[in-house]
Amino acid sequence: MLRLAIRRLASMILIMFVISVLLFLFFEGDKLNLAMRVLGQYSTMEGRLQWLEDNGYNRPLVIRYFSWLLGFITGDWNESAQFATPVFTFLLPRLANTAILGLCVFVCTVAIALVLGVLSGIAEASFRDRAITVLSVLTTSVPEFASATFLVAVFVYWLGWLPGSSSFSNGFAWNELVLPVAALVLYNFGYYTRMTRASMAEVMGSQYIRTAILKGLPYKRVIVRHALRNALIAPFTVMILQLNYLLSGVVVTEVFFAYDGYGKALYDAAMFGDVYLILAGAMVAVVVAVLSQFISDIGYTYLNPRIRFA
Amino acid sequence: MTDLAQTAPRPSRFRKLGRSIGLLRESPIGMVGAFLLLFWIFIAVFADLLPLRDPLAQSAPDLLKPMMSPAPDGGYFWLGTDDKGRDILSRLFYGSRLVLFWSVLATVVAYVVGMLMGVAAGYRGGWWDEVLSFLGNVFLAFPQMVLYIVILSQLGPDSPVGMWLSSQGFSTVWVKGLTIVLAVMFATAPQVARIVRGIVLDLKTRDYVAAAEVRGESPLYIMIVELLPNARGPLIVDACLRLGYVTIAIAALGFLGLGLPPPEPDWGKMISEVRGFGAMAANAMIWPALAISSLVLGLNLLADGLREISLRD
Repeated sequence: MLRLAIRRLASMILIMFVISVLLFLFFEGDKLNLAMRVLGQYSTMEGRLQWLEDNGYNRPLVIRYFSWLLGFITGDWNESAQFATPVFTFLLPRLANTAILGLCVFVCTVAIALVLGVLSGIAEASFRDRAITVLSVLTTSVPEFASATFLVAVFVYWLGWLPGSSSFSNGFAWNELVLPVAALVLYNFGYYTRMTRASMAEVMGSQYIRTAILKGLPYKRVIVRHALRNALIAPFTVMILQLNYLLSGVVVTEVFFAYDGYGKALYDAAMFGDVYLILAGAMVAVVVAVLSQFISDIGYTYLNPRIRFA
Repeated sequence: MTDLAQTAPRPSRFRKLGRSIGLLRESPIGMVGAFLLLFWIFIAVFADLLPLRDPLAQSAPDLLKPMMSPAPDGGYFWLGTDDKGRDILSRLFYGSRLVLFWSVLATVVAYVVGMLMGVAAGYRGGWWDEVLSFLGNVFLAFPQMVLYIVILSQLGPDSPVGMWLSSQGFSTVWVKGLTIVLAVMFATAPQVARIVRGIVLDLKTRDYVAAAEVRGESPLYIMIVELLPNARGPLIVDACLRLGYVTIAIAALGFLGLGLPPPEPDWGKMISEVRGFGAMAANAMIWPALAISSLVLGLNLLADGLREISLRD
């Protein structure tokens, strides 16, 4: 286990290093445009060059990279050009906002997917199973921005129950969280449901379930104690691994609802060419990706004792 | 050996294709998917022949009209108009050309690159595998949408790549489209490569690969002629699903303002263009969202049908 953790950590650091170098090179050609965006369309060329000089963008690339790297390791994530604030203090509340959104989405998705998946998996080929399968294909085909469009059209414009923007301009409000969460859950739960269903159906066909039923155990007990635990291994792994994809949908949803989170911050930063903010955001994304993979591996061994790490 | 081959002739390629289509008839889900997909393909191919208004023609007095409102030329705006008074129906139908063309092109490019990467990593193993898998992991570590945004925000028409493409005589639409294809390739090819690598690891222990090796075929020949065609089964289903994902991604990019430049009728952009108008724009927002959903639904159902059939054999 320890060896696996160390290996994962090493590969994560290597990936972070490569990505940061690539991003640095990638945004190097955009420096002058960045100065133009900071100082405005009508700033003079001298002013822009001076701004680059003052903010250290003109140092040789290698020196710039390593000073950024040193700062990143010691917690000084440099300054955002767009907002003129330290990246770390800027990004932290955004990450917290996205964590709230992501957690709500994850909990709702998993709850719905487990219930529906088990309900359809234990009665394969029944009407209920068909209905749930069709429902999950239908919702998985509606991308976040489309389901957000439908939700806004119905709940904001037609019924007028919920606000259409989630910028939390008057402080945190639960009703502003409903639509972004709903849009993401709608798109994501179908995939998890089908995963759970397939896994449950497979377990229900196995010998030990037949034995348990034939020896007269209550049906509920067979499902909960015997089937569920084995059926959850595969979906669990997938759900954790999907965190990375969830983050992808979060970007679009946050932009749609003007939700001030990590995804919208990264979108704004990329449009502006705010290289330090993008770097920090990318590093966070890599850590989340690798960490989720690691958790899913550990959880897999915990749930399935037959698997051992070499 | 030769006698055997002659007594049992292999079914011709067309015969096989016909049989697969016949099999699809047994899967109602797959049929619905194929119907949806064919509908949009039909619309895209014959958009010019249908009695549609010019998708770019603006009409100042007819802004954000609801469904079935009369048009100045005596006809109707069947699905209403957008914020510039353009006919939504004809924008949707002409937009299907863009969506289908660019998603298919991007998926094909990503697939070719991904298959080559995957088959090389799986068959060669060793350093090839290490390097290619690491490269893939670097791009997979990004959330996809972040990767798209980072690449496309920097590959505008005034970037070196954009300028090079324009100097080659590509119009703005093509420059933007090709950079989107490039971005999709970076995000999708590693995923394809991962799947292909897994399949190839299994296939390369088969006897026909050993036979080819003994015959003295080159690794390139073995990879392309022996391995890839035999990996096609699961890949066809995956390609169908992935085409759906790419379609969603391209529409999402259009929504985020990173897609094809205006005034092209891009479905994603049609939503974002009218969003500022609030409740008045509800009608103009819903149709493109429905269009993209129906197209992706078609692809997903078709993939389901194909999987069902491939499991039955």
